[in-house]
Amino acid sequence: MEEKYFISDYCMIRNNRIILNGEVLYTGNESLQGELLTAAYRHFNISYAKFFKMDNLCKLGFLASELLLRGKNMNETGPGDEVGILLSNAGSSIDTDRNHQKSISNRNEYFPSPSVFVYTLANIVIGEICIRHKLYGESLFLIEKEFNAGRLYEQVKQWLDEEIVRSCITGWVEMNGNHYDSVMYFIQKSTDLQDGIAIFDPEKLTDIYLQRN
Amino acid sequence: MEALIAKLKNEIIDVLNLTEMTPESIDENEPLFVEGLGLDSIDALELIVLLERNYGLKLVTAEEGKTVLKSVKTMAEYIRKNNKG
Amino acid sequence: MKDVYIISDNIITSLGFSTAENMQRMMAGETGIRQWEDQALCPVPFWASRVDDELLKEKFSVYANPGDFSRFEQIVICSVMDTLSNTSLNVSDEKTLLILSTTKGNIDLLNKPADHSNAEKSVYLWQTAAKLQHFLNLVHTPMIVSNACISGLMAVIIGARLIRAGKYEKVIVTGADLVTEFVLSGFNSFLSLSSGPCKPFDKNRQGLSLGEGAGTLILTSEQPSPELVAPIHVGYGFSTNDANHISGPSRTGEGLYLAIRKTLEKNMTRVDYISAHGTATPFNDEMESVALTRASLQDIPVNSYKGYWGHTLGAAGVIESIAGCYSLAGNQLIRTLGYTEPGTTHPLAIIDNNRNATLNSCLKIASGFGGCNAALLLYK
Repeated sequence: MEEKYFISDYCMIRNNRIILNGEVLYTGNESLQGELLTAAYRHFNISYAKFFKMDNLCKLGFLASELLLRGKNMNETGPGDEVGILLSNAGSSIDTDRNHQKSISNRNEYFPSPSVFVYTLANIVIGEICIRHKLYGESLFLIEKEFNAGRLYEQVKQWLDEEIVRSCITGWVEMNGNHYDSVMYFIQKSTDLQDGIAIFDPEKLTDIYLQRN
Repeated sequence: MEALIAKLKNEIIDVLNLTEMTPESIDENEPLFVEGLGLDSIDALELIVLLERNYGLKLVTAEEGKTVLKSVKTMAEYIRKNNKG
Repeated sequence: MKDVYIISDNIITSLGFSTAENMQRMMAGETGIRQWEDQALCPVPFWASRVDDELLKEKFSVYANPGDFSRFEQIVICSVMDTLSNTSLNVSDEKTLLILSTTKGNIDLLNKPADHSNAEKSVYLWQTAAKLQHFLNLVHTPMIVSNACISGLMAVIIGARLIRAGKYEKVIVTGADLVTEFVLSGFNSFLSLSSGPCKPFDKNRQGLSLGEGAGTLILTSEQPSPELVAPIHVGYGFSTNDANHISGPSRTGEGLYLAIRKTLEKNMTRVDYISAHGTATPFNDEMESVALTRASLQDIPVNSYKGYWGHTLGAAGVIESIAGCYSLAGNQLIRTLGYTEPGTTHPLAIIDNNRNATLNSCLKIASGFGGCNAALLLYK
């Protein structure tokens, strides 16, 4: 019999709201440009100075994962017992790409910044989450035109089936100018819990993403 | 010198995104790296950009960087020595 | 679980438009890295390995009008088409997947004025992939791996996993990146570019040389025909994270050591040769020496290809894997161009001259920004 996996939790940051497992934890009034994210950071009493060095994509991913993983024991005991991360988006690091491009477009004011350039890679958001939670295992960043539940399911299921990881964070983290959207899921094996939010399959991932009930 | 040090502290907080720090909380003699403020390798590179952009001073080698960027005080002295501040 | 074979490949860099040409010129000790003065790319002269523009357009015009495709798209298509030309595969079926590996794709279009309609739109990697899907007449939306410098190696690892699990019968793995103003300026701000061709693992190394290019390989579960010389198998591979710093590698080589360990334990085979990441930055090469020593691989012959091709970012994991296969097939170790004197605290068996050796397996490793690392085993 095939092993069942479950979506044990999910965190959504969208339209000025932060939602965890269907419950609205925070509603902000701020427009983007980092103010919503910083306000949320303070609201949840997070203490992590590195947050302020992150670009908006990483702040978004960091916040979603922070709430998703609250109260979870992330302690990895060894190879195969890790928590994997598979994140995706459409714009890659376009938001910060534009900032870097701006800093080099005028030869008379040519001051490329290393702390901006380092964020011109979408997978840095995975790096930030791994640093925060001491995650050493399998990780991957994929680019998709739009949220692709089938792809996430195919990859994560394989990681779990082949015991490459014991559980997995997966989802969507998009930051593009004024448009931001993040939905992050925690996927676990059935032995770790009773039911979770839903069974892990592409339809359920999509239902949650589209806020269909 | 005092004014330069105060200016530098504000600039450092700004370029390094040390959002939760105030100029008063930075001791100009305390080490910037390893201990003290505990800045990292990217911070060091940003300070190099800061010196070039705001003061027209170009640090080129890692050794030069280590000496000049030891503390806010050594940075200010370097700027003063090169008559840029 | 099925075996995974590499049945065709292609490399496009400054050293040529085919794997054969690239390997031949590498064996002859030629580097593709030279100095450039190009104000459009960099305010000061820089060292890099670049693909000949005119030659690229000429090669590409066999397939389509160069005016309709970006430089990045041209390189990728040339590479994929050359790879396919050596097979009789039908790739327009459900059993085929294309995996594209790149760090920045069409990023050089970001600063182009809107003469190119919606130039910024083409910067989106999914759009590039859609164009490739259409051009190659593929059924499935390509998978796009954008995971810093381990992207190429991850693409091969994932492709092999999918074949092994029976999800697809054919996976085309293609990786590419360009030398652009965007990336040059960024690495310059990190003070990590070498003034001269890079010197991997060398005592006097000062930094990396950027390179551009594309590499493609085709993975299948079908045993290649006997005429094909020594088919190379793709074994198991893994990625890991240092969980330490977003740009600096772990001083203890934590993530890379774990990736190597997992790869060795899963494949249960000895390693005859290591194709390292070897970017020639002081920190990367040092970290690799730590990780390899922790994994007890300090006496296994190891090289870096970056002295020939530069650091080709999203293409690196693919073209360097192909070079690893070439080494295995020909029992040929290729010297680390740029290396003369040992320069890491943990001594390694750096290959410093071309020589023959009985080689059955190759460990390919890579590391990248974001603390990511990957390792993969290739074998006969």
